[in-house]
Amino acid sequence: MKSKKWLLLMALTLVLSMFLAACGGSKEEDKPAADKDKEDDQATENPAEEDGEPDAEQVLYLEERNAIPSVDSAIVEDQVGFNVLNNVNEGLYRLNQENIAEPAMAAEEAEVSEDGLTYTFKLRDAKWSDDTPVTAEDFVFAWQRAIDPATGSPYGPFMMSGVIKNATEISEEKMEVSELGVKAIDEKTFEVTLERPVPYFLSLMSFGTFYPQKEEFVTSKGDAYATNSDGLLYNGPFILTDWDGTGDSWTYKKNEHYWDAENVKLDEIHVNVVKDSATAVKLYQDNKLDWARVTGDLAMQYRDDKEAVIEPETSVFYFKFNQERGGEKTPLANENIRKAIAKAFEKNDMADIVIADGSTPANFLVPTDFAFDENEKDFRDLSGDHLVYNVEEAQEHWKKGLEELGVDSLKLEILGGDTELSKKMDEYFKSQLEGNLEGLSISLKEVPFSVRLDLDTNQDYDIQVSGWGPDFQDPISFLDLFVTDGPNNLMSYSNSEYDKLIEDTKGELAVKPAERYEAFAKAEKILLEDDAAIAPIYQRSLVILQKPYYKGLVRHPFGADYSYKWAYVSGKK
Amino acid sequence: MVKYIGKRIVYMFITLFLIATVSFFLMQSLPGSPIASYSKLNETQRAIVEKKYGIDKPKPVQYAIYMKNLAKGDLGTSFAFKGKSVNDLLASRIKPSLILGAQAMVFGTLVGILLGMLAALKQNTFWDYGSTFFAILGISIPSFVFASLLQYWIASQWHLLPVGLWNDGWKSSVLPSLALAMGPLALSARFIRTEMIEVLSSDYITLAKAKGANGFEIAFKHAFRNALIPLITVLGPLAAGLVTGSLVVEQIFAIPGIGEQFVSSIMVNDHATIMGTTLLFSAFLIFIIFIVDILYGVIDPRIRLSGGKG
Repeated sequence: MKSKKWLLLMALTLVLSMFLAACGGSKEEDKPAADKDKEDDQATENPAEEDGEPDAEQVLYLEERNAIPSVDSAIVEDQVGFNVLNNVNEGLYRLNQENIAEPAMAAEEAEVSEDGLTYTFKLRDAKWSDDTPVTAEDFVFAWQRAIDPATGSPYGPFMMSGVIKNATEISEEKMEVSELGVKAIDEKTFEVTLERPVPYFLSLMSFGTFYPQKEEFVTSKGDAYATNSDGLLYNGPFILTDWDGTGDSWTYKKNEHYWDAENVKLDEIHVNVVKDSATAVKLYQDNKLDWARVTGDLAMQYRDDKEAVIEPETSVFYFKFNQERGGEKTPLANENIRKAIAKAFEKNDMADIVIADGSTPANFLVPTDFAFDENEKDFRDLSGDHLVYNVEEAQEHWKKGLEELGVDSLKLEILGGDTELSKKMDEYFKSQLEGNLEGLSISLKEVPFSVRLDLDTNQDYDIQVSGWGPDFQDPISFLDLFVTDGPNNLMSYSNSEYDKLIEDTKGELAVKPAERYEAFAKAEKILLEDDAAIAPIYQRSLVILQKPYYKGLVRHPFGADYSYKWAYVSGKK
Repeated sequence: MVKYIGKRIVYMFITLFLIATVSFFLMQSLPGSPIASYSKLNETQRAIVEKKYGIDKPKPVQYAIYMKNLAKGDLGTSFAFKGKSVNDLLASRIKPSLILGAQAMVFGTLVGILLGMLAALKQNTFWDYGSTFFAILGISIPSFVFASLLQYWIASQWHLLPVGLWNDGWKSSVLPSLALAMGPLALSARFIRTEMIEVLSSDYITLAKAKGANGFEIAFKHAFRNALIPLITVLGPLAAGLVTGSLVVEQIFAIPGIGEQFVSSIMVNDHATIMGTTLLFSAFLIFIIFIVDILYGVIDPRIRLSGGKG
């Protein structure tokens, strides 16, 4: 009798568990489908987003991979810094839950002059954390400070040059800082004059470099400004506390002075730096973290976990083909050789098996789910695929290339990073390329990031595995990299037709969105299909473990990674 | 003795000076710029930033300035942590490393010595083989394996102690200290055993026994004291290494310590921090070697420090 009951119970459990497993499975399958429907944030939200009243206790525990080097908006240049800034400060605009820039410190949409050169922002009644109002002067001061060469801001001139009037000249010390095209018309009216019409200007306004700073506070703090959590004023959803300037932990607390404080649900976010992914995962499993990045080899292991979320990023990785090294032309100056290499490695296997963190193969430079035309259509649908894997074509190009060079074999070097993943990828490239292209031998050079930058700057490499993440939402963020003598070209690629197209998008096409996007598509085709100046490899994804009760996290495709403004805890036991 | 100590202190400064000089020039030969955003800056900015950090000057001038500041105890400004002094950076990060290192050292050495003595006194018994086996394990298995094992069982599985982080008081320090303690533990056990066995078979122990000294007295007063000398020689540098942080153990337990910071600063070419950390490590090591030398004399009066007569 007893054993019968047991049997029944077991059968019941079995049925139930199968049912539950099936549920879990279907959710998993739903997710990638949602990913493809553009809108980055859909993928970042937890499957169980719909439901959930916020809990009484609104506290989260998160990790970062690195300490905060700086929170001075003029100086910040790294991922962690921008992420912190985005959550404790706020610019004229902020990316909303749909990743569209909407007025933040600005009270309403900016008024734009007909020629697209003058933007007038009306500021809302917002306050700093010391209870003083945020004024137009705060923006004037911060922007001037960022462009002042004496500040040594990496992003100031980078973001403002050629965009805001006189920025380039000021950064080269040819003009006074006061001549920057910004003006406080009155306390609450801020006017910006541009160098040329910039169609994506408003999306820039959400970027950290354009945040306000209160002059009185900055000056009074002097060298101590922004070097710890007491050395900064806050006008964003949270304030920063318990940060000693170099430490591995800090806390965000809800900013009661924030203009939209009633929509901020979280009270506290505790952040710890955890550099080792395995440790982060263990802390997550032990409920010490509510959210953890899973990188390296672990990504493959956890990407199918039921609490795993795959976040597509907008970073694209590609081969740079250096055409001139040490004053001499390299074999890569030959177009056929470049095309051969670009088409001779299989990308699907690489993304799925080698990288294995949800990253997707790329046959493009401008990533998917990143830039949209005026009809909200993804730029990728306009431009199509380029340099798709094709061994036959690759071998034809290879034969032709070798003939043109008058050799029957080539030795080339691939310069890559020294992380586990980079090394694995390099091995894959070597075996694919050597296997598919007869007479090619590849040597691998794997170095730390800073060394790679140095070799890149000195153009001292043959083929380099390189990547780019955008700073603002426009194809130009990627396509500008490869104009002749561009500061990031560094491979002696030059095509006047390409240059002309890119120049046009900044000039006459700036106010014609449709034609502008067509010009971008044409330029991308020249860069990839026609010239094979670079060879796209993959678009990166990130595997995240996120507790089901952690809701409303918004991931951004450019600038800062996350907004916690709308995040909350619901259903935590 | 005073003269000896004075002389040693002078030597210590000379050594430190030489280390500073060599590492300064070695570091300058590292590829890459210490300014992370170098590629984003324009010519004008580069010039200004380089001037601000003083790296536009010729190397010998930079060296002179660095040494001058060093003499004042100023280790310079970090490149990676914008505008923050290396002194502050090291000060905030040395504490966890010091705590872990000291705990590991004290615990490891004490337990190691006990195990070693037990093995020596009960030579060729179960105790001896047991502790030898333990010691071999401790020496051959790297500390990060212990760290992972401790973390997995004690923290992840049994929830007795935290998995990591530095926010739970003394509890946070237990597992990393244990992991670090395995090295000194095994080393002490082995050394003490070997030395004690040798000492125990020497003539003066036989004499002591003949005079009727009891076992306890012989073990501690005579044998142990003599066995300590070689142990201290190896433990000194080991201690310096431990208190200045362990990269791997700090990383596994997500401890905001200095060992981990050292490696990150090398990765990003943060010259000032690399120099500062190197000098701190060296100063520790030199100081501990000095202490060890003094201890020799205390433990064994036959070892003379100053070259006097008689």
